[in-house]
This record gives sequence, structure tokens and C-alpha cells, in this order.
Amino acid sequence: MTVENSATTDVGTTSRRFVRNVLWKALLLFVLLNLFFMSVDIVPWLGKVSAYNSIFPGRVRLPFGEVPERAFNLSPFSLEAMFASHELAAGSKAEDEYRVLVIGDSSVWGFLLRPEDTLTGRINSGGYETRDGRRVRAYNLGYPTTCLLKDVMLLDEAMRYDPDMVVWLVTLEAMPVGKQFASALLQHNPDRARDLIERYDLDLDPQDDRLVDLEWWQRTIWGQRRDVADLVRLQMYGVVWAATGVDQDYPEDYALRKSDLEDDESFIQFMPPQDMDEILAMDVLEAGLSVADGLPVMFVNQPIFVSDGENSDVRYNFNYPRWAYDDYLVWFEKQCTEQAWACVDVWDFVEPAEFTNTAFHMTPKGTALLASYLGDAILELAGSP
Amino acid sequence: MTLLHILAFCAFALVVGLLLPRRWRGWLLMAASVGAIYALQPASTIRHLGFWLPTGTLALTVFSWALTAPPEERDRKQTLATGLTLVVLVLLIGALRYAGPLSRVLEARPPTMPPILLALAVVAGLTALTARFFAKKRWLGGAFFAFVLLLFLILKTDPWGQAVSAWLRAWSGQSVDLASALDIGWLGFSYVAFRLLHTLRDSMQDRLPALSLREYLTYVIFFPAFTAGPIDRAERFVKGLREPKALSAGDVWEAGQRIVVGIFKKFVLADSLALISLNAVNAAQVSSAGWTWVLLYAYGFNIYLDFSGYTDVAIGMAKLMGITLPENFDRPYLKPNLTSFWNSWHMTLAQWFRSYYFNPLTRSLRSGKRLPVPVIIIIGQFSTMCLIGLWHGVTWNFLIWGAWHGIGLFIHNRWYEWARTRPSKPNAPLWLQRVGQVGSVLLTFHFVNLGWVWFALPNPELAIQVFGTLFGM
Repeated sequence: MTVENSATTDVGTTSRRFVRNVLWKALLLFVLLNLFFMSVDIVPWLGKVSAYNSIFPGRVRLPFGEVPERAFNLSPFSLEAMFASHELAAGSKAEDEYRVLVIGDSSVWGFLLRPEDTLTGRINSGGYETRDGRRVRAYNLGYPTTCLLKDVMLLDEAMRYDPDMVVWLVTLEAMPVGKQFASALLQHNPDRARDLIERYDLDLDPQDDRLVDLEWWQRTIWGQRRDVADLVRLQMYGVVWAATGVDQDYPEDYALRKSDLEDDESFIQFMPPQDMDEILAMDVLEAGLSVADGLPVMFVNQPIFVSDGENSDVRYNFNYPRWAYDDYLVWFEKQCTEQAWACVDVWDFVEPAEFTNTAFHMTPKGTALLASYLGDAILELAGSP
Repeated sequence: MTLLHILAFCAFALVVGLLLPRRWRGWLLMAASVGAIYALQPASTIRHLGFWLPTGTLALTVFSWALTAPPEERDRKQTLATGLTLVVLVLLIGALRYAGPLSRVLEARPPTMPPILLALAVVAGLTALTARFFAKKRWLGGAFFAFVLLLFLILKTDPWGQAVSAWLRAWSGQSVDLASALDIGWLGFSYVAFRLLHTLRDSMQDRLPALSLREYLTYVIFFPAFTAGPIDRAERFVKGLREPKALSAGDVWEAGQRIVVGIFKKFVLADSLALISLNAVNAAQVSSAGWTWVLLYAYGFNIYLDFSGYTDVAIGMAKLMGITLPENFDRPYLKPNLTSFWNSWHMTLAQWFRSYYFNPLTRSLRSGKRLPVPVIIIIGQFSTMCLIGLWHGVTWNFLIWGAWHGIGLFIHNRWYEWARTRPSKPNAPLWLQRVGQVGSVLLTFHFVNLGWVWFALPNPELAIQVFGTLFGM
């Protein structure tokens, strides 16, 4: 071996040893960091760190976005992060504020509606004042999936923000027992779902397959990288939210809700006749009332599109056959009367022309009409002893 | 390049640099680069185009070599071995179609074997004919030069790209109505074209060193620099390829640092800033001047961190294999004037245009009609920058972006000449000098950032609207 070759070999050996040491140490650090992450469950804590309501204004509705790059919004699963980004989390309640939480599905959230045109936006611009001189301030806690248990979960989290009233928009689609886990947000918060089931003794299976329990490796940084990235992205989108006030994609064109319907009597998997007491999750509604902990709660049977097209004698719309919805209307009225609930039934209050892409989503005009009606109803309920 | 690609390439580079004997490196780098261009090529909506585009890159490269290589290189046994290796590699990649889960290494599904064999036969035949009868023919070199430019122009011009897409769709029996210029996303072609044009031009002027087919291929499609540069010069690259540096612990540390910094710049900083950068969607919706500036700054830092991050990774990866790639960025946003900015931003592209366009043009303008120097400078700088703009795409906004910088460079040049001829003043206080320096950096930074408005947006109307918002008009 020549001197030159010997020197080259030495350099090569040193380099290999160096690389080996670096790789070992990197691997060790990676494992330790992942073990730490796994044992501490840091995502909920990270979710509370937010630049909203300080650097950027809080969002007027909960984060939800199907096309993030156009909506400047996304759908994280961390309730802590969602609420930290909401305007509800902006400081303490003013003395002259009458705080109303509005919960429900995408029609409350405001699909295709600009923030100022949503139900809460319209109620707030209505300038309502209670008898004792407090101004009504409505907060949009709607979230685009129809499922009562999801509403209760959100209400449970929102109760820490000192509300004065809860307005809960419901519809038949959200009520069946079998649909109570039909929300990705709920499925990815299994501990919260189970806690509600246990606390209020709900007739739901806490081990339902749809609830997503993380394996041990999914609790590591590697396993939760998407969740952590979502938290960062939610903060980044705060800049564009502040700059544009846009939080959803507004397509120039969309398909209108169906007017001509199938000659089909089925509702989800149900065929007539059905006992509504059997198939609807009454206990979840009662759990919502318990979560509200004595606050006035107004149940609103939300408006639906009523078709006059083909087979409209069989169905009201794409979602509801007439038999199911009529039975539900009777059931809803009966519950309101028997339980002495504050109820507002506005199912046919809005003209069919004011519905957009589904049987529940309304135009700004339709929403304004409903807001005006509910504004008065809120004042009435707030003023009652 | 995804993070997974980068990690796989880094691991490969480390193995090459640390474990493989030097005599194998040339072959392995070529083979890896061939594999990489297929693995990195995104799938196209046009059937099998994702396979044919990298094959086209190889065909153009081999043909270009045949035109530029000296006779002694063409006749070597190694050339035949390289050609055969290349054929085997392409056939193996084509065979991935039948490899079940292994085929997932490619985004695009290869076609069946007969068309691949036919294409290889055609390319091999044309290359052999050229090498035998037409090598070093200036007219053929010129024609090929023009052909590469034309391809480049088609890919960068949306209506032409759409027309080619329609033609390809019709040929493959797909709906012509859905044709779009985006169908033809030929990965790395901008850089490949510049390397081919450089070697063709240098070969015509007898300045190109003798390169074997293997070296030439590796130079053109070298995988770390394939997608985002830097655009090295062949003579410089091949020195490193022939005499790769023995890897020391210091080199590994330096390369590793460079790669980690590059990954952080690209995948953490740039990708986060991308969410809030000025673009066609948010530009139309933002209404306040303050937030528009924020989006614009985000764009400025996003484009720098994205591009320089990739460059860091490419340089680090090449270093692991003992090859030194040229730097492409040198803290460009901290430069006190536009000329310095362009000497530190995408440096290899600027050098390419200086060598093959600006210098020949200004030489010819000086030697021809006796034009005043300022006129020569404005013609040279303005047209060079317009061409650099058009290199990014043939649109009005890229042209205006180029013109913006061309005019900026000319103004700086005149200012510099004017200031140079003025009598020097007694030394100004240090703080005043510092204020002047910071002011120059800020002025240059903002000139460049305002230029990004043209670059980031798709049409002049929207760009003008954004300028209006930025300045509260």
C-alpha cells in the first residue's frame, strides 16, 4: 500500500466512523423525542397557542375548509386550536354583552355565505338589545356535519366562555341514533365523545368502530405530524384571513339543490312506518340541555327546502321523504310541549327559491329573514323570567 | 422533489461517497440519474406521457452528445457500453409496469414494451447515423440548437403547449376538449435545455472539452441538480466527476449541514410562507395596504427560501459524492444595489445569459455601429433581463418583470457612472455611512419585492390592481 493510499483509507475510515456516530445520535434523539411526545400528549397544549385574537382577528366561525388554498381555511381536529382561533376566545365578555351561542350544522356555519351574511352575522347586525339593555352578540359555533353529538361536544367546550343563551338549530337528518358518530370532528375526538356518553348515560356505544383511537406509534411526533402541521397551517392562514376576511371558497357556479326527486320513500336506511321515539336520539338533545347547565336553550327546527318538482308528493327534498319528516314534525312538537322546551319551528319559513346547493343552505336573503325572526325570539326568551 | 426523494437520494449519495470505489462512481451516478428523472417525473393526464418525457430528455441528450463529441470519444468501447447500459436501464424502468407494488416508485405508468423498443431503436439509429456521418456539422448543430429552443418555447407558451397537448391527446385517443398546457409538465427541461444549448454552442466554437457519453449524460441529468439547478458548466462539472474529492469527516458535516438547512428552508419555512404568499386568489381579495405588503414580503421570502433551499440540498448531496456544484445564491436580499443582487440571485442562470447572450450582444454592438455606451448598455441589459423573464414563461407579466429589472439595472449603472465621476467628499461620519448602507439595502430589497408583484400574478391588470392597493390608491 502506498503512503497516499494509506492516507486516503484513513480519511475514509474516519468519515465512516463520523457518519456512523452522527446517525446513531440522530436516531437516539429521534426515539427519545418521540417517546416524550407520546407520553405527554402535547397536541392539545400546542392547540392552545394561537396568534388569533392578538396578531390576527379571531375567526367568526370555526375553522373548516375543503379547499385550503382557496378558502384560506382548513379542518383541524383539535378543539383547543379551533376555539383558540375563534372570536369567542377574544378576551372576557363585556358587561353590556348578552352572549348567545348558536350551534348546528353547515347552515349555521354558513356554507356559501360571507361571514357577514351568516345567521349570526345577520343577528349581530340587527342591533338587538335585551330588556336590561345588553346588546345581543351571537357567536357562530356551527360546524358542517349533521350530528347532534358533535353539537353537544362543541357546546361542552364553549361553555367556558360564559354564554347567556344557547340557540340550537336542529333538523331530522342530525337526529337518528345511528348518525351520532357521523362527524369526522367527533370521530377524531374519541375521549370527548366517550366522556359525554358516560357523563349523560347516552344510549350510544362508546366502543363504536367509527371513533378513531390512536395506536401508540400514532401518538409520536411522526404519527401526529399531520395534526401538528395543521396547527401551524391554521396559524399561517390567520394572515390571509386578516388580510382578506375570506374563510371559505366561493365558487362562481354551483349545482342547485335538486327539485326533481326520486320516487323513493326511504330515509337513510328507514322505511315507513317508524316509531320516532325509537330511532331518534332524544337523549343527546337532553344531554345538550344538561351541558347548558340551566341556561336558556332555544331549539330551532331549521328551515328546509320544500320542492314542488317531480315526485314532490313523495319527498319534500333530496334528504326527506314526506312520511319521515311529517312524523318528525309531530315528534318535535310533542317533545317541545311535554318537556316545556323553548322551541321555534321554522321548517317552512323560507321560500324554496332562497335555498342554494342543498336542502338546508340558504341565500343571504333567506338567512336574513330567519335571523330577523330568531332575533325577536332570542329577545323574547331572554326577557322571560 | 419530495422529502422522501431527498432522503432517498441523500442516503444513496452517502453510500456512493463513503463506500463505493471511484471506478464505479461514474457508472452509478449515470444510472442513478437516469432512474431519478423517471422517478421524479410527475404523471400526466396524457397516457404514458410521464414515461415518454424523461425518455425524450435522454434522447435529446444522447443526440446532442453525438453532435458535439469528438471522433475519438464516439468510437470508444465505453460509448457502446454506455449506450447499452442506457437501453437496459430504460427497458428495466419500462418493465416496472409489470412489477406490481414496485411500480409505485414511478408516478407515471410506463407503456407496453413494443413502443419502448421501437423508440429506443429509432433513437439509437438516429444517434448512430449522426455520429457516423453528421457529427460536428455546424448546420446540424445549429438546427438542433433551434429545435431545443423551439421545444423550450412551446413548453413555456400556454397556447402552444395546449395545441401540442391536444395533438398528443388525439394521438393517444383521449378527449381533445380537456387539452391543457399543464398536461405537458416536462420536469427539469428548462435546466436540461440550458445545459444542451451551452454544450452545443461551446462545441461550435471548439471550446467544449471532450466528454464521454457517460460523462455528458451525467452532466445534463445529474440528479441533485436536475429539477432546480444550479446550471453548472460542463468543463467544470466534469473535472469533479473525473476526480471526485475524497470525503472527509468535515465534508460530511458540511454537506449534512447544507442539506438540513436546505430542507428546513424549503419544507418548513418556504412551504409555510407559501400559504400566505401573494397569489392570484388572495390578490383579488385583499383590500388593505398593510396586509398586501405582508403578503408580498411573504412571497419574496417564500421564493428565495424555496429556491435556495433546493439549491442547498443539491449542493450538499453532490458534496457527499465528492462533486462540487456552483453556488446559486449569496444572501441576495442583503445587497446594496440591483447589480449586486443579480450577482447573487440565481447566479448560474445570470452567468449563462451573460456568457451566451449579453457579452456576445454587447461585443457585436460595440464592434458594429458606433453606438453610445449608454445605448449599448440599455439594449444589452434590457433585452437580457426580458429574456430571463421569458425563460420563466412566455407571458406579459414575466416580460414586464424582466423589463422592470432591465430598467432598474440600467438606472443603477448610470447612477454608478455618475457617482464615480463626481469628486470624492471628505469621509462622512460612520453612522451616516451605515444609514446609507442600510438605506441602499432596503431600497434594493423593496425594488426587487415590488418586481415580484409582476412575477407572482398571472396578468398585468391584477398586478396593477395590487400596486394600487400597496400604495393606497
